[in-house]
Amino acid sequence: MDDWREAQEVLVMDGGIKVPYSWSAGETGTTYLESLRDDKKFLGTRCPECGIVYHIPRRNCPDCFSECAEWVELGSSGELVTYTITRKHHPQLSPLKGVFGYAVIKLDGADTGFVHLISEFDESQLAKGARVEAVFAGEREGSILDVRYFRPVKAVS
Amino acid sequence: MGAKRAGIVGVGMTVQRSTRRDVSGVELINEAVRAALDDSGMTRKDIDAIVIGNMDHFEGINYVDTWSVDGSGALGKPIMKMTTGGTTGSTVAMGAYYHVASGMFDRVLAIGWEKNSESDTTGAIITAFDPFWDRPTFGGAVAGLALEATQYMAETGATEEDAAYVAVRDRKNAINNPFAHLRMESNIEAIMSTPYLAWPVKLGDMCPRTDGACAVVFASEDIAGDFPNVPAWVHGVADRHLWGYTSDPYVNQHVKGGTWFPAMERATRELYDKVGITDPLEQFDVAELYLPYSFAGLRYMESLGFCERAGGPALVRSGDTDMGGKCPVNPSGGVLSSNAIGATGLLRVAEVALQVQGRAGDRQVPGAKLGLATGFGGCYWSDELVIGKEKPEKARG
Repeated sequence: MDDWREAQEVLVMDGGIKVPYSWSAGETGTTYLESLRDDKKFLGTRCPECGIVYHIPRRNCPDCFSECAEWVELGSSGELVTYTITRKHHPQLSPLKGVFGYAVIKLDGADTGFVHLISEFDESQLAKGARVEAVFAGEREGSILDVRYFRPVKAVS
Repeated sequence: MGAKRAGIVGVGMTVQRSTRRDVSGVELINEAVRAALDDSGMTRKDIDAIVIGNMDHFEGINYVDTWSVDGSGALGKPIMKMTTGGTTGSTVAMGAYYHVASGMFDRVLAIGWEKNSESDTTGAIITAFDPFWDRPTFGGAVAGLALEATQYMAETGATEEDAAYVAVRDRKNAINNPFAHLRMESNIEAIMSTPYLAWPVKLGDMCPRTDGACAVVFASEDIAGDFPNVPAWVHGVADRHLWGYTSDPYVNQHVKGGTWFPAMERATRELYDKVGITDPLEQFDVAELYLPYSFAGLRYMESLGFCERAGGPALVRSGDTDMGGKCPVNPSGGVLSSNAIGATGLLRVAEVALQVQGRAGDRQVPGAKLGLATGFGGCYWSDELVIGKEKPEKARG
């Protein structure tokens, strides 16, 4: 059985596609990222019809299609909508080392959640609705990873 | 539920530019969609289904249908991605047409878009090709087309100047189109003096790389009277695919029954038979053809039956394809003026629709009633649509 394998070794060519891309964040995305980078402030946009505050900000409401021109400053804290903890890492791709988590976080003042990272936690501190706060990078370059991660807000004693 | 006739009742397009850094891809799509909805007197909520397409490797976004929902208006609606390379825009139009013609949807939005500025075109396009037989020796779109051009010149005696005539014609037409990217008065000498990219193709012979989007609303005959615009009716569509290796675009020319450009010729034959076209130059009032480089404007005229084989140069130099001629080709300026690839085929359809509706502004062909729109894909496949002012007797595939 399978003696054909011995008769011929099939050639396999390895590929490593590298295509350069330069994506534009657009004006709305740029305003948002500049605020994170320069002021360490999260911004959202409000739909004038639905009243929904979108974070990440949208240029137009996905539902009613109104233009969302109004900027709203959001808190840098919020609550966990859902989360997971990851213990296996990819040496190149994992954004943080050690035990960390991925979470959907709804910032104070926003109606929609977004995906980011959580770290500096004791697992007992994590639960749906738990309060978390942003930890900003020291050197920021206009990326969503200018926020390194979120961590549980220390209880006020 | 029988097949339904379908008409185009709304058109939206963005201004075509080399770079649109002010908007993300999703926001660019939204510009065109918003314009098409406004044009058809509808809101997002009136749309039953959406078909969207682009060259997904050009932006590196693989689930464009999902990713673009905020811009396309597909939130909570059926959406389907269709991507067929250069023909993507015309395929999207055909897909939206099939949705309506099937009788299952009444109002379907077709969207084509591209941000060529966001990648290296050749670096991205190579990912569409076979890793063993094409990629290691891939010359890109320009060199691939140049192989066609040299063969064409050798077999017909056509000259580079003949091809330059096409580039001059289309870009001059673009002056009348406020949405076009390259709008310029030119002449054959000026095109001839541009640098060679891959002989005989010069910079002036090639389409630009463009950012842009287009959206078109198709509606069923049952409701086509409900819109502010008189519908532009789809009379018939046809498409054929084949694969020519990048180094031999005519591979199928040498097998049984092989002809000049088999995919285009066979699609043309089927379409003309269905619609009743025997003399396209006389019967079509306007044509918006996917001519990605100037030589295509000679050779494809032959495959589309506008003239005999090798008759392309004489046809275009006769002026019959100029504005004011028997069948003006590319009043919009065509692909040689704007090539946001995923939008390009759909723009051809949109432009013919505007023409037969009498809404093409300064680029209007007076009294246009019947037009041809095509999409071209490398390596050498073809989409074709006939769109007319009159309602066809029946729905045709």
